[in-house]
Amino acid sequence: MYLTKDEEKILEGEKGEVLERMFRLLTRLGDIYGADKMIPVGSVQVAGVSFKSIGDPGLEFLEDFAGKGAKVQVLTYLNPAGMDLEDWDKLGFPKEFAEKQTRIMNAFKKMGIVVTSTCTPYLAGNLPRFREHIAWSESSAVSFANSVIGARTNREGGPSALAAALCGVTPNYGLHLDENRKPSVVINVDADLKYNSNYGALGYHVGKQVKKAIPLFKGLSNANTDQLKALGAAMAASGAVALYYVEDQTPEANQQDINGLETIDVGEKNLDETYEKLNTGKEPDIVIMGCPHASLREISTLADKVEGKNLTKPVWICTSRMVKEAAQRMGFNDTIEKAGGKIVADTCCVVSPIEEMGYKTTGVNSGKAANYLPGFCKQEVIFRDIDILIQGALK
Amino acid sequence: MKGRTIYPGTVEGEAIVSKEPIGFYGGIDAKTGDVIEKGHELEGQNVKDKILVFPMGKGSTVGSYVIYGLKKNGVAPKAIVNKETETIVATGVILAGIPCVDGIDIEQIKSGDKLKVNADEGTVEHG
Repeated sequence: MYLTKDEEKILEGEKGEVLERMFRLLTRLGDIYGADKMIPVGSVQVAGVSFKSIGDPGLEFLEDFAGKGAKVQVLTYLNPAGMDLEDWDKLGFPKEFAEKQTRIMNAFKKMGIVVTSTCTPYLAGNLPRFREHIAWSESSAVSFANSVIGARTNREGGPSALAAALCGVTPNYGLHLDENRKPSVVINVDADLKYNSNYGALGYHVGKQVKKAIPLFKGLSNANTDQLKALGAAMAASGAVALYYVEDQTPEANQQDINGLETIDVGEKNLDETYEKLNTGKEPDIVIMGCPHASLREISTLADKVEGKNLTKPVWICTSRMVKEAAQRMGFNDTIEKAGGKIVADTCCVVSPIEEMGYKTTGVNSGKAANYLPGFCKQEVIFRDIDILIQGALK
Repeated sequence: MKGRTIYPGTVEGEAIVSKEPIGFYGGIDAKTGDVIEKGHELEGQNVKDKILVFPMGKGSTVGSYVIYGLKKNGVAPKAIVNKETETIVATGVILAGIPCVDGIDIEQIKSGDKLKVNADEGTVEHG
């Protein structure tokens, strides 16, 4: 890989041990993946935040690097943590866990990282522009940034994203290069997508089929960003899709050459089969919405539905701290809490210990959550649109 | 034997060889250096100050932090030699600063062999 004189000096240790290690990590990964040079990044999103995921080894590493004076050079956000960082006690998270999670957050903060933990940084103040190079980690955020915004990012691991944040650059390979961003399969959709959860079902089905490919969708009409968020999240979970196009709706979709590409037709029947496959339970003990983190529009819609009513089972809405505060100002949180629901910020239903809290069957409106909950949280799943799940919880 | 530098440094030591991949997270205790993965061919052995030879990493990406922890706790191997270093081990040895070479025919190394690892040049020799 070509390195500038200044970059070579970093490798020789002129800017200290932390940058030497971090820059070496980027150059080695660049060599492994065939990068030609480093490119500056506009923003970073770092994974490996929950104490449940990184444990004591990760905590010690982060405290050590923070203690050595490591500082990020670009706007950097975090993936969801293992708990609500403010209301953890009220929500029943164990004290010892909270203490370790707080130490992790303090280490990140010391490095200059914005301690906003979300899988939707683009809804919470970290918004890249079209064609901007970034280094993000979380699979649904990577998909949204590449596909809906048209930014350029590979799917980074925790340490490589942190290295990009500290060095301000990332190796130029993979989805940073236009030649690797061409669609490889066309998806013709002929199905009624009136429910938002249908986008999750569609994404789950397509991700399973195309795995790491770059799909170009035809036949979607006027999808909003909540629906595209659900579509991309499910494709990244059931497959490893980091970039997709939607004809007439996402950047550069209509400039792509799709002649001769394999075509897959998706109809109502495929979606019905997907629902059947993902629905493993009978009656949910708890309903969780906000995978990926709920937008203000999703919370507002839910508040309308439950206003003045009584939920007969727990309903959680996971979101980012920024969106929770905006919803608070609008009174949505009070409405939802009065009905018996809870707004949970900074964390994620997939990484929260719901199995330890006695729940066996979870109702979700997310294809991504339906994909992960059986394995990560030992849950039976009810996968339905939120309208149907809420109707069930109001009975 | 000539391979590729993953992290530079020159050391001599005794080889401990695994034919199976190693998953560091849940596989090796970062406080002691003991191999703790049930049923692993190295279970019960210790990697401290050895030249740890194995084909490649496996398992959780948190393994990178375990490698770092081994070094910080003073129980790390002196060097790592792989057939092919994937990103978990590459990330770990670089964060920790442990000399590492890959692209080596590890079939030619047995546990107990004395090795000279010159990771600056990417070479591994019996010595």
